[in-house]
Amino acid sequence: MSQVSTKEPLFHIVKREGVTFVRASLIRLAAILLALVVCAFVIMGMTGMNPLSVYAGIWSGAVGTARRTWVTLRDSAILLCIGFAVLPAFRMRFWNIGAEGQVLVGAMATAAVMIYGANLPSWLLYALCPIVGVAAGSLWGMIPAFFKAHWNTNETLFTLMLNYIAIQLVSFAIVYWESPKGSNNVGLINNQTKAGWLPSLGGNNYLLPILIVMVLMVLLYLYMNYSKQGYEIAVVGESENTAHYAGINVKRVIIRTMAISGGIGGLAGYLLASGVGHTISTGLAGGRGFTAIVVAWLGKLNPFAMVFVAFFLVFMEKGAGQIATQFNLNENASDIITGIILFFILGCEFFIHYHVELRKREKEAAKA
Amino acid sequence: MQPNDVLIEMRGITKHFGSVVANENVNLTVRRGEILSVLGENGSGKTSLMNMLAGIYFPDAGHIYMNGREVVIRSPKDAFALGIGMIHQHFKLVDVLTAAENIILGLPGPLKLDMKKVTKEIRELADKYGFELDPDRKIYEMSVSQKQTVEIVKMLYRGANVLILDEPTAVLTPQETEKLFQVLRNMRAQGHSILIITHKLNEVLSLSDRVAVLRKGESIGTVDTKDATERSLTEMMVGKKVDLDIERPDPVDPIMKLKLTNVNAVDHEGRPVLSNVEFEAYTGEILGIAGIAGSGQKELLEAIAGLQPLTSGRIQYRNRKGHIKELTEMSAQEIREIGIRLAFVPEDRLGMGLVSSMGMTDNMMLRSYRHGHSFFSERRQPRELAETIMKELEVVTPSVEWPVGRMSGGNVQKVLVGREISSSPQVLMVAYPVRGLDINSSYTIYHLLNEQKKKGSAVICVGEDLDVLLALCDRILVLADGKISGIVDARTATKEDVGLLMTSHGYRGADKEAEA
Repeated sequence: MSQVSTKEPLFHIVKREGVTFVRASLIRLAAILLALVVCAFVIMGMTGMNPLSVYAGIWSGAVGTARRTWVTLRDSAILLCIGFAVLPAFRMRFWNIGAEGQVLVGAMATAAVMIYGANLPSWLLYALCPIVGVAAGSLWGMIPAFFKAHWNTNETLFTLMLNYIAIQLVSFAIVYWESPKGSNNVGLINNQTKAGWLPSLGGNNYLLPILIVMVLMVLLYLYMNYSKQGYEIAVVGESENTAHYAGINVKRVIIRTMAISGGIGGLAGYLLASGVGHTISTGLAGGRGFTAIVVAWLGKLNPFAMVFVAFFLVFMEKGAGQIATQFNLNENASDIITGIILFFILGCEFFIHYHVELRKREKEAAKA
Repeated sequence: MQPNDVLIEMRGITKHFGSVVANENVNLTVRRGEILSVLGENGSGKTSLMNMLAGIYFPDAGHIYMNGREVVIRSPKDAFALGIGMIHQHFKLVDVLTAAENIILGLPGPLKLDMKKVTKEIRELADKYGFELDPDRKIYEMSVSQKQTVEIVKMLYRGANVLILDEPTAVLTPQETEKLFQVLRNMRAQGHSILIITHKLNEVLSLSDRVAVLRKGESIGTVDTKDATERSLTEMMVGKKVDLDIERPDPVDPIMKLKLTNVNAVDHEGRPVLSNVEFEAYTGEILGIAGIAGSGQKELLEAIAGLQPLTSGRIQYRNRKGHIKELTEMSAQEIREIGIRLAFVPEDRLGMGLVSSMGMTDNMMLRSYRHGHSFFSERRQPRELAETIMKELEVVTPSVEWPVGRMSGGNVQKVLVGREISSSPQVLMVAYPVRGLDINSSYTIYHLLNEQKKKGSAVICVGEDLDVLLALCDRILVLADGKISGIVDARTATKEDVGLLMTSHGYRGADKEAEA
């Protein structure tokens, strides 16, 4: 028994509740500032450069000019949109890691409409592109849901593998659509006529996708938190037993929710094909289907909080490109900075939910 | 009391969880070789106090002395080193390993494991205290009581001298409970100290030497069991006089409400769980259902609620106008859609009846969210209902949005029962309505059931405490091994009658377990 120390531990961890929003925000802000300080030491230690000028480079790369700012905002909106695609599924505890494939399939379907419907009246083409894109993503999302609902297959593996099938499908389509022949590249679709291209608003090519995603954000928030279907999703996610007990048709909810999830992925694909790239390639989603998972969880599945996460990630990505050229740094340098900042942001959640109490026996003894 | 009698002394222990006070300045002494009951209502801080002794929590303030010397218990490891072992309500065992493997799990030892030696040691230990335990049996093949035995032996094998048991009898049949108590008495005779958390006063009186009573996180006092009665302990626990009699109004105009004919059902592995079940339930009466745990009670209620498919048989319902409705093969949703108000309080409150991460309001919506044709759900009425239930049933919670999973067991049950009876059900089914509840909450629930009965509902109540069933119900249906072994009049039947019926068909099952 003698090995047990009689000293109070140096510190112990106490759960706290009722942390106000202001206080939590302050803790998060402090975490980011602290991360920047740590990053500064890392930058100085590794490159010998002035960290402030590196920060300035990142800033300039992301929002240095009006055009850069618009690109950053638009790409944030697209990433956010893909984040919204995984959100309903995640609320249902359905691990949809197939957003990449759902985006690609949506983009491919949109490209198909643009290519084969180039001669349709333009209003019809404008209407068909999003409808077909969303429908394709939706169907792609319903496949794993159907199997999950009826035979309880593992949705994580299923959606993951469907990503690769989607990539192969796009490769296959490129063989048919490549232009010029033999380039293994589709090139800009309808480059002359711009048929089916997402229209610009007041001469601004970036605004419309951003507005679409903002509207989607509000709709999704209302759907998830105030609709009957959103309630069903939450119950099914929490406990299927409870859902059965409440008379919820679990199979239907799973399939319906994944149709919505996939559909939003398809919408992101439509925005990419019709509004950003005007082409289709296997790299069109560019891994954003996976980054979107980070966006969703860091934003705690709250559509409004996810805005900040998506913006931050895109901001750092754009900044990375800038410091790579400006300071001749490897693009990974920015990944290190992103990593350190994320580490601090995640770490500070702990301090929001718990506080650490230091040894205080001496103090008490002094008081007594 | 001689000072060297005292093994453990807890002094001025305080523990807060956020704004919730679990313990405030609690004092407790444990003597060598005694069985000490820790008694208190739900949320009185019994479990958190014991957790601090077992190293799960660390007190915010206060001191713990062992053999007169101050000790600091920072982790379960420290607790083990001091010879303190705790058996939690939820067992912490690895299902695919054998009892012996679970017992030595995590212990230091030589590189090469000598399972034969370990098994032999465990057998000797079991014989010494009178446990029935097969060290080579896998956990998943064991009954609840056998798993509990493994947990206890695990602690003893690790040299625990002080054993803490958190509501050990909540999951046991009367026979198993008696067996456990015999073992605990043997352990006491060998000089072990045992702390036992329980709600059941008769167990406290028959088993323990002293009783420590907690109320709202504070220690009320410790009394010798020989000076205590059920009434005096209840008063200490609740803080006021409590009427321990359960009322039983006579049924008024009983009419057949529900009729089961030749109902059969199987579980997901195809084994029969209900065999030829036939009975009728009447309005204005409480029909009790008794039986050894796992005799088909759960399946019977779920079959009526449309959650358990039947292999054959019929379930019929008579509505107010006297029309017979066929419920056979209807899902829970279809039953609701044809306008039958059937309320069901399932055994698994947080896993089936409620959504634990949601607040009271959202949990009220579980029954009502479909109302209306709007795409959006209506939240005002559920919120009002939640507030009414909170007020009338005295649910202790910071707000109606507070997650129900973080409330104490009694409050969770009040929320669930409150919601179910709020629909003024024609049939009310409750499974183990007072399991884990303290005396005050239990009597609130009995009262609510009686009110439904007086309003003319057909109440079906699955229970485990025969004394309560005999006092509360009008008739008692006894299940054994999925069959009805008898339906008795609760006003004339004795506990022995029901006990005999409980084992009459199911005895083979019980035997099998005992042999293994």
